[in-house]
Amino acid sequence: MYAQMIKSTGEGVKSLEDMDPDERAFQERINAGGKIEPKDWMPDGYRKTLIRQIGQHAHSEIVGQLPEGNWITRAPTLERKAILLAKVQDEAGHGLYLYCAAETLGVSRDQLTRDLLSGKMKYSSIFNYPTLTWADMGAVGWLVDGAAIMNQVPLQRTSYGPYARAMVRICKEESFHQRQGYDIMMKMAQGTEAQRKMAQDALNRFWYPSLMMFGPSDAESVHSAQSMAWKIKVNTNDELRQKFVDQTVPQAHYLGLTVPDDDLKFNEETGHWDFSQPDWNEFFDVLKGNGPCNVERLEARNKAWDDGRWVREGLLAHAAKKKATHLAAE
Amino acid sequence: MSSPETSPYKGTEAADHGPARHNEWPLWEIFIRGQHGLSHRHVGSLHAPDAEMAIKNARDVYTRRNEGVSIWAVEADNIAASSPEEKGSLYEPSNAKVYRHPTFFDIPDEVGAM
Repeated sequence: MYAQMIKSTGEGVKSLEDMDPDERAFQERINAGGKIEPKDWMPDGYRKTLIRQIGQHAHSEIVGQLPEGNWITRAPTLERKAILLAKVQDEAGHGLYLYCAAETLGVSRDQLTRDLLSGKMKYSSIFNYPTLTWADMGAVGWLVDGAAIMNQVPLQRTSYGPYARAMVRICKEESFHQRQGYDIMMKMAQGTEAQRKMAQDALNRFWYPSLMMFGPSDAESVHSAQSMAWKIKVNTNDELRQKFVDQTVPQAHYLGLTVPDDDLKFNEETGHWDFSQPDWNEFFDVLKGNGPCNVERLEARNKAWDDGRWVREGLLAHAAKKKATHLAAE
Repeated sequence: MSSPETSPYKGTEAADHGPARHNEWPLWEIFIRGQHGLSHRHVGSLHAPDAEMAIKNARDVYTRRNEGVSIWAVEADNIAASSPEEKGSLYEPSNAKVYRHPTFFDIPDEVGAM
């Protein structure tokens, strides 16, 4: 997902009886559906895991602007260009909502940014794939934002108040993103033969990377079990992936496109689509930094940070000067 | 284990767990009044060098879809907040005065709506 392979304490879930009174009161509040707010007591592991998770999610929104930003100047019509600009601006906004939620946990946005730029913190594997044609703008909106929604909708009920509230805002805006993507796909799939081929090619390239977004199976993971007990993760990766496939396959059929999986078939018994797993070696390799665009993405973010330094410092100096003038006049 | 430290580090409502900040834009809490006559409501925070930029940034971050007609920006340092431990002493007195709620009084059905 936008946050992948998040490690928690690694110790497994304690029983209520084994917890000290503070931790037990904290866990009981979560079990009862209560929200944890910034000034409330919380276990260190909860705080640290959330900073990792929300931080990675925020970084994904920010880096996620790059593959789509690539097409703003080349959008086929002025209307498509305006829509894409609005969508990319939304992604920046989503990043900011999330940094703001992370900051309530005691880390600063600039610190998180530094950790992204140095490669210490990660962002979603999906943004290390290139966007080669205009149809990729359709595939990204439809599949990538579609997968993100699968994860983000349940996170509106997550236990940490500021994170849940950020998710509510994001989900409201996200369905615009998915629909504009599907709209592009419909246009392409119903267009000329060349356009239809381009749409099919985009689906071929983005299908498995989209399935990877949910992360490898975590049914056995102690990290996942702890995160679920804390309600900072609501469903397992496999549950969300299955839901995504079930929702997306009929949408592909409507477009007249073929999902690139020979073993895809509807299972009458389970009522779900059976599908092939993505290549998990590729996933781990991309996370390690060896995806097609890892280097390019980090270079772009570092350049933006370095080039913006004079603006950040200049505005601070201006604000200090104005304050001094104001005080002197009093 | 962490504790509910009340010392907010400069500019946030949370405890100090990070290194000291240098040259960072201060944090502003943003409040928006919607179209329908309700009061300003807290929507989140953002960083800006001064008040003027805080309002400009708030427009871009929090009102991209007609969410509001008025923005307040307050530097986070200037907000005083109650702490969770005070919950008892702050709110206990009102819990004891149940007669403040209209449902405390039984009005006979014959009297009608009141």
